[in-house]
Amino acid sequence: MKSVAVIGASLAGLYAARALRAEGFDGRLVIVGDESHRPYDRPPLSKDLLTGTTSPDRLALADAEEIAELDAEWLLGTEATGLDTGGRTVLLDGGRTLATDGVVIATGAAPRRLPGPAPAGAHTLRTLDDAQALRADLTRGPVRVVVIGGGFIGAEVASSCATLGHHVTVVEAAPLPLVPQLGDTMATICAALHADHGVTLLTGTGVARLHSEGAGNRVTGVELADGRLLPAEVVVTGIGVRPRTAWLEGSGLPLDDGVRCDAGCVTPLPQVVAVGDVARVDGIRAEHWTSATEQAATAAHNLLAGRTVTTHRSLPYFWSDQYGVRIQFAGRRLPGDTPRILEGSPDDRSFLACYEREGRTTAVLALNRPRPFMGQRRALARAAQPATT
Amino acid sequence: MIPVCRLADLPTGESVRIDTAPPIAVFHAEGQLYAIDDTCTHQDASLADGWLEGCLVECPLHAAAFDLRTGAATCLPARRAVRTHPVTVEDGMIYVQHAAEEGTAA
Repeated sequence: MKSVAVIGASLAGLYAARALRAEGFDGRLVIVGDESHRPYDRPPLSKDLLTGTTSPDRLALADAEEIAELDAEWLLGTEATGLDTGGRTVLLDGGRTLATDGVVIATGAAPRRLPGPAPAGAHTLRTLDDAQALRADLTRGPVRVVVIGGGFIGAEVASSCATLGHHVTVVEAAPLPLVPQLGDTMATICAALHADHGVTLLTGTGVARLHSEGAGNRVTGVELADGRLLPAEVVVTGIGVRPRTAWLEGSGLPLDDGVRCDAGCVTPLPQVVAVGDVARVDGIRAEHWTSATEQAATAAHNLLAGRTVTTHRSLPYFWSDQYGVRIQFAGRRLPGDTPRILEGSPDDRSFLACYEREGRTTAVLALNRPRPFMGQRRALARAAQPATT
Repeated sequence: MIPVCRLADLPTGESVRIDTAPPIAVFHAEGQLYAIDDTCTHQDASLADGWLEGCLVECPLHAAAFDLRTGAATCLPARRAVRTHPVTVEDGMIYVQHAAEEGTAA
C-alpha cells in the first residue's frame, strides 16, 4: 500500500494516522478535513471552552512536533463528496480528486437539527466553530437559555450556561433524560443535578418551533408541543447526531446508520476501513471518545494487513462533567439490569454503583468517585474480554 | 517546604492531592514517595484519583499514563510530561518542595 487517505481530521482520523505511522506505513498519507482546524479534542467544547477556562489553542490533539513527525499532507477546509471504490479515488469539493490505495473513513457525525432555518441565537454544538459562536452569544451578559435535549451534551451545556450566570431551562421530550444510557433509577439521580443548580428541567414535551423576530431574525423563544412558550435569547439544540455517510452514497459501501464494517473496522472492501462515530462496527455504532481511539489502532493494523487480522471489542466507556460532578460509566447495561450502590450516597452526588443481571455485573457507574470506578472498570474489562487479540 | 500529611496516613498504594497552585499529587508507590503535578497534561483530571500500577499512574479520565519517577507521559493521549517535585520525610511528616517552573521536566 503506497498511499492512504484519511477522510476526517478529528480524534479518530488523527489516531488512525498515528497508528498507520506507528505500524511502519511510510507511504503517502493524506488527511482530509472539512473544518479549517487541525484535529482538536471535542469533549471540552461543551464545558471548559464554553465557560472560558480553556482556549481553542489548548484543545489541539497534536503539537507541532507530532504534526511534523506524521509527515502527512493536510487538506483542511476540504470536504470529501464521494468515493469511487473501483477507481480508488476520493472525490473532493470543487471537483478535485484524490487517488489513493487505502481509505480510512473518519467523517464522524453531524448534529440533528430542528426542521427549518435556524434563527440567529439558535445553536448546535459539535465543532470548535459552533462552540465559539455559542460562547460569543453567552458573553454579552445574562440571557435566558433554552437547551433542547437533556442528554449528556444538553446537560453539559446547561451546566456551563448556569455557571456563566444565565437563566437556563432544559427541555426533554422523554419523561426522563438519560434513561436509555443509565436506566430509570440512575437517570433520576443525574436529572436531579439540574435542580441542584437552579436549572429548570421540563420533561415529556417536544418542541413545536422556534420564534424569532427583528431584522436580524434573532430567536425570541421556544414554543413547546403543548403550546407553552419559553422566552429565550439563546437556544441550544442537543438532540443527538447522525453519522456523516451522505458522501458515500453510491459508493457501494453498506450504509446503515453508519458505515457497516466487521469487528476489525474493515468494510466489505479490504482497502476501506471506518473508525469513530461514523463506523458501525460489528453491528454497534458507538459515539464515545475511547471507542474512536481504540478502533483507530485496530483499523490501521487491518488496513495495512489487507484483511481483518485483529478485532477489538472494547468495553464501552463514557464520561460527562456537569455541575462539578464527574459522571463515569462503563459496560453494557441492558434494560432491567438492577443498579446497586457499592459505596457513597446519591444524596451526596458521590457514589459508585454497579448494574447486575443474574448475579453478574454488567456495567458500572460513578458520580465523583473516579478511583474506585477505575478499579471496577478494569475488573469489568478483564471479565468481558478474555484474550481478544 | 509544604507539609502534606503524616507518612503513617499515606500507606503504600495511596495518594493525596494538595491544593497548591497548581495542585500537586503525592503518591506512596512501591515503598517510595513521589510528587508530581496533579493535573493530567491532556485534560482536566486529577492524577491523585488515578490508578497506580508500579511506578505508573493512569489518569482516571482517558487512561493517559505518567511515570512517577520522571513525570514522563508514557501513554497517549497525554504527550507532555508533568513536573516532578522533591519529597522528604522529617519526623514522620511528608513535605513537598514545589519545583520551580524552570529547569524541570519539559
